[in-house]
Amino acid sequence: MTVALEAKGLTKEFKGFVAVKDVDLSVEKGTIHALIGPNGAGKTTCFNLLTKFLQPTRGTITYEGRDITRMKPAEIARLGMVRSFQISAIFPDLSVLQNVRVALQRARGESYDFWRSEKLLSKFDEEARGYIDEVGLSDFTSERAAALPYGRKRALEIATTLALSPDMLLLDEPMAGMGREDVDRIAKLIRRIAKNRTVLMVEHNLSVVADLSDRITVLARGEILAEGSYEEISKAPEVIEAYIGASHD
Amino acid sequence: MAMAEKTTATVPVSQTAGMPRLHKIIFAVLLAVLLVLPFFVYPVFAMKVMCFALFAAAFNLLLGFGGLLSFGHAAYFGGASYVAAHAAKVWGLTPELSVLCGAAAAGVLGFAIGSLAIRRQGIYFAMVTLAFAQMVYFVALQAEFTGGEDGIQSVPRGDLFGVISLQNNIALYFFVLAVTFGGILFLYRIVHSPFGQVLKAIRENEPRAVSLGYDVNRYKIIVFTLSATMAGVAGATKSQVFQLASLTDVHWSMSGEVVLMTLLGGMGTIFGPLLGAGIIVTMQNYLATFGAWVTIIQGVIFVIGVLAFREGIIGVLSRWLKKPL
Repeated sequence: MTVALEAKGLTKEFKGFVAVKDVDLSVEKGTIHALIGPNGAGKTTCFNLLTKFLQPTRGTITYEGRDITRMKPAEIARLGMVRSFQISAIFPDLSVLQNVRVALQRARGESYDFWRSEKLLSKFDEEARGYIDEVGLSDFTSERAAALPYGRKRALEIATTLALSPDMLLLDEPMAGMGREDVDRIAKLIRRIAKNRTVLMVEHNLSVVADLSDRITVLARGEILAEGSYEEISKAPEVIEAYIGASHD
Repeated sequence: MAMAEKTTATVPVSQTAGMPRLHKIIFAVLLAVLLVLPFFVYPVFAMKVMCFALFAAAFNLLLGFGGLLSFGHAAYFGGASYVAAHAAKVWGLTPELSVLCGAAAAGVLGFAIGSLAIRRQGIYFAMVTLAFAQMVYFVALQAEFTGGEDGIQSVPRGDLFGVISLQNNIALYFFVLAVTFGGILFLYRIVHSPFGQVLKAIRENEPRAVSLGYDVNRYKIIVFTLSATMAGVAGATKSQVFQLASLTDVHWSMSGEVVLMTLLGGMGTIFGPLLGAGIIVTMQNYLATFGAWVTIIQGVIFVIGVLAFREGIIGVLSRWLKKPL
């Protein structure tokens, strides 16, 4: 098995407070890897470090053997590693179709052409509709993105991400704030798009990742507590303590 | 659906590629009115309105579509008017070349200031642009070629392309009409271009645009430069109309006035800034007899405007009609 994304000794300090401490993480190619932990465990900080939205204090990050520690977030996106956000990351005032087209447009260039008509962009329509279809939004193609219900916004976000044909997806709590019905749909969607891709997802909820992920890393107080399959970590006493202890005190 | 989010009733997204019919009609009517206008109103007044309409439209490109509030646009407007006046008077260039010189100078200035200012966000961005604009004001006040308190006076009107005399107000009017109307159509194109689409995406959700691989700072510098250049075209044209470049054009209150015009008309709309400019210039013109009271009246109108029409006049109209304007 080859490693897609690897972090070594990843540390982030905010004015004396250590949010993430010495995290070693390696995500194998073609797997769904989940990063879980109770509130305040440093999941989101860790995630922002990996996606370069934060600069680590110490440690290195490599993607497909290439050192990306000092790269800018837009650069790693162009390498094929695309992230999502905890709150649905859409462009609210654009239509569903336009949302997806923005992603296609970047990959194909022409984005700096301010003297040409936007009619040019209609050549992306067919491909965009394909991605919209894939996430089951074909009935909403010309809807304003802001008008979509929450679960569908997340689906749109995934369609936009897919349009970049990324090799690796980093999902920040894709199921946060969703009802049961939406959780099932998005879980199915993630499983489907993960077929030939690597996925790293941050989740708060253990049950959500249980049957979705191949491997789970548990984070608590900025450090790695345990790592393994769901069966392994769900039996680990330190994980049970961190979870039960954190949520029932 | 398990969870429905509250959505605000807003203008639907335009789906048709190219200019919607409504916009075509409005532009056509506007052009028709402007073609006969100089025969009904004082041409110099009409030219002033057009120059400010282009200035406000250029500013709106940055604020309404780029989401960047510059508080120093007088630097490009006034800077270009000085350069164009100097080009016409000292270098003896023809009007169209003088305007081009002014616009180019504003573009270079905009690129330089924009590149530095976009490193900061929100109020800090506005402050940086204001600080640089004050420097430009200082240069205009102190430099040799700007004429200090006097400005550059009696700029010759010259011959368009070296052949058509612009001494006649009507001839000049049609030159100004061509420049400003063309400029506004160019700004319209920028908004509705592949670049404009990315710009809107950045305005809507900057982190997401970054995560899609867009180098957002580059887009911001480009839109800043384009906006400054077009503000320069407006200022340069104005110096040809009034045969004058003065400190008023680079003063910070000019930067404030263009914000006022844009907000009053409706930022982020196509026609709002044009209407806003028309209202403000008309007020200044016809209320001039009230002297210093003009500022007070303007202030009151602005307060009412902001309280009653938060999206600006055209913004509110656009919501009523449920059509982007």
